[in-house]
Amino acid sequence: MSGASGTITAREAGLVACTRCTRVWAAGTARCGRCGKPLVSRDTHSLSRVWAWWVAGVLCYIPANLYPMLRTRMLFTTSDDTIIQGAIELATHGAPVVALIILIASVAIPMGKFAAIGWLAVSVRRGSRATPQARHRLYEIVEYIGRWSMIDVFVVAILTALVQLNLAASIKPGPAALAFALSVIFTMLSAQAFDPRLIWDRAEDDTRARTSRA
Amino acid sequence: MHSTDVAQADPGDLIACPQCDALYRARMPDHGRRAVCTRCHTVLIAPRRRAGMIIIALAAAQLVLVLGAVWFPFLRISRQGFANEATLLDAALSFSGGPLLLLSLAVTALIVLVPLARAVLTIYVLGPLVFDRPAPPGALRLFAFAEALRPWSMAEIFALGCAVALVKVADLAHLSFGPAFWMFAGLVFLTVIHDRWMCRWSVWHALERGYGARKAQVAA
Repeated sequence: MSGASGTITAREAGLVACTRCTRVWAAGTARCGRCGKPLVSRDTHSLSRVWAWWVAGVLCYIPANLYPMLRTRMLFTTSDDTIIQGAIELATHGAPVVALIILIASVAIPMGKFAAIGWLAVSVRRGSRATPQARHRLYEIVEYIGRWSMIDVFVVAILTALVQLNLAASIKPGPAALAFALSVIFTMLSAQAFDPRLIWDRAEDDTRARTSRA
Repeated sequence: MHSTDVAQADPGDLIACPQCDALYRARMPDHGRRAVCTRCHTVLIAPRRRAGMIIIALAAAQLVLVLGAVWFPFLRISRQGFANEATLLDAALSFSGGPLLLLSLAVTALIVLVPLARAVLTIYVLGPLVFDRPAPPGALRLFAFAEALRPWSMAEIFALGCAVALVKVADLAHLSFGPAFWMFAGLVFLTVIHDRWMCRWSVWHALERGYGARKAQVAA
């Protein structure tokens, strides 16, 4: 394989690559002859799809935090817990580690993801001082970590199925469970819609502009 | 290798990094070694000796574990004389009624159907290749589908969810793990190994050749 300085992209070579099976075709080929994926050298609609899913994800994340996630009914009491309240309760009841897992998965990761995807999408348009390596690393982390936010939805599902003890205790899901699940799914779709090749194109254009100016 | 060299090569001999579009001449590295994109460090080719057979064995084991995990209870709860058990399907279908039904369907898909579909598709697509038979009909499409399903297979997240649930109701009632929980833990472990052994490029490459063989057979 050639060195970093000598890399040439498929587009520069007048070719188009399939991002699914990595097969390379002559520019203008409409569909990958191997796996059938429609070919585009750069996904020009990528950013609009990223923003559309991103907005949907953010919109769903708001009710997910305002409405209760769990409705716990004990012998004589009923309590509604939002995500944050549930975590606080865990922390005060002597399970700070689990509270931390929930807070990271349900608050820190979604918020971080919104910020990261938004910044990547803006930086592709406007350019950025961060190296493409660093931005690509961020993109990989976002893609990998996003699914883990689903954990709180699964916890609600498990508790609802399990804690049905007649009078003693029962747990029901609140409306936030659906909103939260949708938010996670939309943000995953937003990250998948992003074409990471755009990160590298922009970087290359920037270097070229800098060298031509010098 | 010079860049002009790459530009003049037959496109069929090349490989482009799916993440950053860098172009390379595809060359199979030695078994156990990996070809990595020099620019963004994405792993491009990572063949392993007898990977096909191992992956099929893993997929078969995953199939058995998912089916088992669906039938046996995975958590057991008791409090003040009341007791309850939940199977995976109970958990998946727990959001019944109204708009939450949608959530039930989504959870069922994420923790049962998607892992199941991936195991079945893997066996169907790779089975014939491992035994040097031509690729089965629709193999390329189905492998593409299995790959698209990968991020949506959330068995490992569900397993961590079990542990969190256990702690969450610890002071409410007494909880214990059922047999399906351990099956699920095994499934998570197998899925990780499965992804380690799977070299996607090698599969695409083999399928392409397998298709050639199939066409030849039909023509003959």
